[in-house]
Amino acid sequence: MLEVSGITQIFGGVTALENVSFSVVKGDITGVIGPNGAGKTTLFNIITGIYTQTEGKVTLEGRDVSGLPPEKLAPLGMVRTFQNIELFGGMTVLENVMVGMHTKSSSGLLSCSLKMPWAMKEESRIREGALRWLEFTGITDLVDVVAGNLPFGKGRLLEIARAMAVEPRIILMDEPAAGLNSQETLVLARLIRSIRDLGITVVLVEHDMELVMDICDRIVVLNLGRKLAEGTPREIQDNHEVIAAYLGDE
Amino acid sequence: MKKELLKFLLFAVLVLAAPYALSGGYIMNVLVFVGINTMLAVALNLLLGYAGQISLGHAGFFGLGAYLSGILTTTAGWNPWLVMPLAAALVGIMAFMIGFPILKLKGHYLAMATLGLGIIIYIVFNETIDYTGGPSGLSGIPSLSAGSITFDSDVKNYYLIWSFTLVVCLLAINLANSRIGRALRAIHDSEVAARVLGVNARLLKVQIFALSAMISALAGSLYAHTMTFISPASFGFNFSVELLTMVVIGGLGSIYGSFLGAALLTLLPEFLRSAQDYDIIIYGGLLMVMVMFMPGGLARGVPDLVRKLVKAMGGNRHA
Repeated sequence: MLEVSGITQIFGGVTALENVSFSVVKGDITGVIGPNGAGKTTLFNIITGIYTQTEGKVTLEGRDVSGLPPEKLAPLGMVRTFQNIELFGGMTVLENVMVGMHTKSSSGLLSCSLKMPWAMKEESRIREGALRWLEFTGITDLVDVVAGNLPFGKGRLLEIARAMAVEPRIILMDEPAAGLNSQETLVLARLIRSIRDLGITVVLVEHDMELVMDICDRIVVLNLGRKLAEGTPREIQDNHEVIAAYLGDE
Repeated sequence: MKKELLKFLLFAVLVLAAPYALSGGYIMNVLVFVGINTMLAVALNLLLGYAGQISLGHAGFFGLGAYLSGILTTTAGWNPWLVMPLAAALVGIMAFMIGFPILKLKGHYLAMATLGLGIIIYIVFNETIDYTGGPSGLSGIPSLSAGSITFDSDVKNYYLIWSFTLVVCLLAINLANSRIGRALRAIHDSEVAARVLGVNARLLKVQIFALSAMISALAGSLYAHTMTFISPASFGFNFSVELLTMVVIGGLGSIYGSFLGAALLTLLPEFLRSAQDYDIIIYGGLLMVMVMFMPGGLARGVPDLVRKLVKAMGGNRHA
């Protein structure tokens, strides 16, 4: 599904990532973990086209997507969420999700301003689709709330609903559980599983070990910009190098 | 949807009925300017209020429309109705090409770049004396006519300008409530998130910049034909700032707000005649007060104020 090979990223003189390679299996939930500063978010930013890597290649379903900007990746079926949720704060919850349908609609400036029949038809299709994703994430009751006024946990769900509206084949989540209480984390875990059950591949960067061990099929461990280990949750839990990286060497 | 249409119809009826309630050539003439300025404020609002991209050069696009119409209908003797869309298209293409490099800039840098663009255009008007007449202006621009009607009186001009303004407002409202309008607001709130969802932010910003410039050029053409005389002074930096003030005071991201802002700032100088050159200070002061106490502009501030007043009065009655 997603192939990351030999990614190196150098910022000024600092090497943030060094020759990182791994692959994500279609339909899996893959976790990327590692201590602070391991380069997880940098890796995500490279995969999703926000940074361009110094070296290395990203392949999505056999297609080289290295260096493609995010707006070109969405139509190819890749979407992401952000660690510090990036909502459209001035827009309602429904409108936020409707923006997610952007690549699934095509009316241009002219047909939108003239309210052409096909543009109106598309508009109601967008609205229906957005409502469906709000239902999927369980926040239908918030449709008309301005996103900027949402509590953090709900904002997180909205961001996921909005990303799902793109109808992705792979979704990358940057620390989805950060800032959530235990109840909200449970809801999130259930939601991530139901996304996977739709046949969508999930990759997440996460610090909440309980969540990662619980829902991930495979885990990639980064430390100091390098891949330290890769395997099933059980293998990772028993890996001495991983334990050393987290707890320090004896 | 229905509510939006009703609001617009009410607005249109008020606008079209105004000449029956008000009389006198002077007030009609001022209201013609309100119409032109509304068109310009709506154009700038699409860019600034929706897409969140500043322009301090819109007076330049307005001037380009005016001069293209002025020159081509006098010196070249072309049909004004033909020149009007041509001028808008030319200005649109120009803005599209300039937009690609300059809309990469953000915030203050974009403000500086558009400011520079406006100043360059202004200098061109002043210096290409052979075509524009330079600082002394260009006169003898023909009035528009349709069939047997020639738009040469204030009331006729009022209806001419406001027909265009109403159409521009309606199209802008439609656009704002569409997928394009949402994508623009998304870019405004978080460009990176919009891009991740597949919104081609760079292209859309340039498109809306070009559309905004085209509407401004159209307003310029209409201005040239109603005034029949134009000079560079109307298209300088001051006017760009004035347009910006209209949009901010009226309310960013509100089409009716743009009308309110344009109306206020066009009518205000008429009341401030005695203040002479100090009017710019009053503008500045007004802008500061508005931003501090009505950050949503007149479009949101006035209904809020009315609600508060009604509440306060209701409270007094009970007390």
